[in-house]
Amino acid sequence: MSSVDARTSGAQGVGVEKPRVAFWNDPEKRGYIFQAVLFAAVIYFFWAAFDNARDNLVKQKIASGFGFWNNTAGFDIGQRLIPYETTSTYGQAFWVGLTNTLLVAVVGIVLATFLGFIIGVARLSKNWLVQKLATIYVEAIRNTPLLLQLLFWYNAVLKALPEVKESVAIPGGSFLNTRGLFVPEPVFAANFSWVLYTLLAGLVGYVSYGRWARLKQEKTGEQSPVLKVGFGLVILFPLAVYFLAGQPLSFNYPDLGRFNIRGGVQVYPEFVALVVGLTIYTAAFIAEAVRAGIQAVSKGQTEAAYALGLRPGPTLDLVVIPQAMRVIIPPLTSNYLNLTKNSSLAVAIGYPDLVQVFTGTVLNQTGQAVEVVVITMAVYLTISLTTSMFMNWYNARKALIER
Amino acid sequence: MKKLLMSVAVGAAVVLAAGAASAQTTTLNQVKARGTLQCGSNTGLAGFGLPDAQGVWAGLDVDLCRAMSAAIFNDPTKVKFVPLSSKDRFTALQSGEVDVLVRNTTWTMSRDTSLGLEFGPVNYYDGQGFMVRKKLKIASAMELSGASVCTQQGTTTELNLADFFRANKLKYEVVTFATSDETIKAYDAGRCDAFTTDASGLYSERLRLTAPDDHIVLPEIISKEPLGPATRHGDNQWFDIVKWTHYAMLTAEELGVTKANVDEMMKSTNPDVKRLLGTEGKFGEAIGLPNDWGYRIIKHVGNYGESFERNVGMGSRLKVARGVNALWTKGGLQYAPPIR
Repeated sequence: MSSVDARTSGAQGVGVEKPRVAFWNDPEKRGYIFQAVLFAAVIYFFWAAFDNARDNLVKQKIASGFGFWNNTAGFDIGQRLIPYETTSTYGQAFWVGLTNTLLVAVVGIVLATFLGFIIGVARLSKNWLVQKLATIYVEAIRNTPLLLQLLFWYNAVLKALPEVKESVAIPGGSFLNTRGLFVPEPVFAANFSWVLYTLLAGLVGYVSYGRWARLKQEKTGEQSPVLKVGFGLVILFPLAVYFLAGQPLSFNYPDLGRFNIRGGVQVYPEFVALVVGLTIYTAAFIAEAVRAGIQAVSKGQTEAAYALGLRPGPTLDLVVIPQAMRVIIPPLTSNYLNLTKNSSLAVAIGYPDLVQVFTGTVLNQTGQAVEVVVITMAVYLTISLTTSMFMNWYNARKALIER
Repeated sequence: MKKLLMSVAVGAAVVLAAGAASAQTTTLNQVKARGTLQCGSNTGLAGFGLPDAQGVWAGLDVDLCRAMSAAIFNDPTKVKFVPLSSKDRFTALQSGEVDVLVRNTTWTMSRDTSLGLEFGPVNYYDGQGFMVRKKLKIASAMELSGASVCTQQGTTTELNLADFFRANKLKYEVVTFATSDETIKAYDAGRCDAFTTDASGLYSERLRLTAPDDHIVLPEIISKEPLGPATRHGDNQWFDIVKWTHYAMLTAEELGVTKANVDEMMKSTNPDVKRLLGTEGKFGEAIGLPNDWGYRIIKHVGNYGESFERNVGMGSRLKVARGVNALWTKGGLQYAPPIR
């Protein structure tokens, strides 16, 4: 039906001669004109704002431009993943802040996803206690401000920890005190690369075996021992190589000094507080998304699977979760974005993230608010767009393909 | 996030508003039209700027704003104090949110030249120091190798700290916070071995610790911190008012004119006193104020010495000695150009 309609209407458009009218009365041409005028107005608005800002900055003798990027910063940053010295540039300080932000975002997203899925499933548990506890968790966490939670975690974490001289020694050579957690730093000998290569080879083997097993099952219905083979390839095989290569891994143990602990890897309390706060907060939202996703799969699906003779495990694995994921992924994406953006609250607890380092100290030392804020916003925009691009791709893969 | 929004808002304000405002109307006219002086002050630093139990602001920096208000309105209470964190203070001044910034702010070359600001006379000569716990048994900052140090962000303190440890080849770990409140809390909670800020600030912040007597201030002063008021670049009349308000308070101290005896001094025959109080000459007019501007300042606020003793000196909880902040006649650095 619809194709016929389209053809007739198309025929009308071509066949009937248009009345001759002035161009400003022609709706099509008028449309173009309005578009052009609007476009010009928008361009003019942005140009005027930019020009005005530049003018006023010059008039007020406020430095402008991006020349500060290569100037010496002159301040220090506590936690850094990339080399940074007092004599480094503001540009390097920017990268330190950015990597710190990304670290919190990535660790937070991974942990929040795990915790969120567990809580979300627990919300639907048949066990009364588990279900009530999960409900209380979600309601309590969702309904209090994140900033307060972060301050709580930071102060709770700090207050509970002992001073450096009374550091708690954790078996395995780690120490815990107000400065954070000090864990042994792994030192890799040259031979260790062999272990990495075998691990990589094992992973590739595991993935290809898994794919082969799936194809075989689709064809013949026979199942293969994927887990057992995977365990051998990914764990036993590299482990054997590790011992054959003469255990090429040693540890640099932390050592209690006068003020502080020397050696080892330090995990800062600010980092811990921020990750814990963000994880717990975001997990509550993810849990709700997961619950909604599972409940969106109609009961008939489960019953149909049981009727086909599937046991509860495979039913969840093969029938419920794939369908629930379609509902879960879009809200999950916005929660990931929220977590990344919320990490800028680090400023309240002294964690040197991008906002703290760059729009904090760098903005203040250079006084170039407009440039610094524009750069920071562009960075968050880039991170968010990249995350949602990846999640959209994943969503498209998981989407229901109707046949 | 609040800070970010603030910066954006201020940036937008700079973009859209400030140019138009600075073109024709002077700051003095704006203040007169508004009826209040907007004074950028500390979020709370005892002795310099802190609201008391009744919510009335008091402090050495606060007194300078009150003196300006007295000179302009003949009333020291027509001031609205805008508490600003060290991060936000310059943007607030640049965008016109405050008329003058009197917030124990260090005068440095880069701030003076690249932020579009003018720094006024130094109302407090300070230097940066360290505070540590007594039980660490440290007598000098040179023993701080390996220590963690809490400090406030966006300050010269942050830079001096890095310079000091770099110059002395000592290792340290810095933990920076956006506000002085968070900084001192983290130090109190044991996050850091040392707390650093201007020496005056150390004495003031120590009072806020849970056990002030468990902490000592180390003897080293690692920097020069000339603290003073700042105004926007380009309004010279307003800058003159800020400068001469401070100088009037200094001159009054030098001449022995106090809040108590100022009415009596109006009858003085000393030409210096007459010029200060406006009974001779037209010095007020030259800066756009009534000629009795000096009288108003002393009558309502008092001279510099009185303000100092009341807020940070022996009459206060801080008990800071005059030291380099004494008048030049008493071996200090406070020196006012003559009013003539």
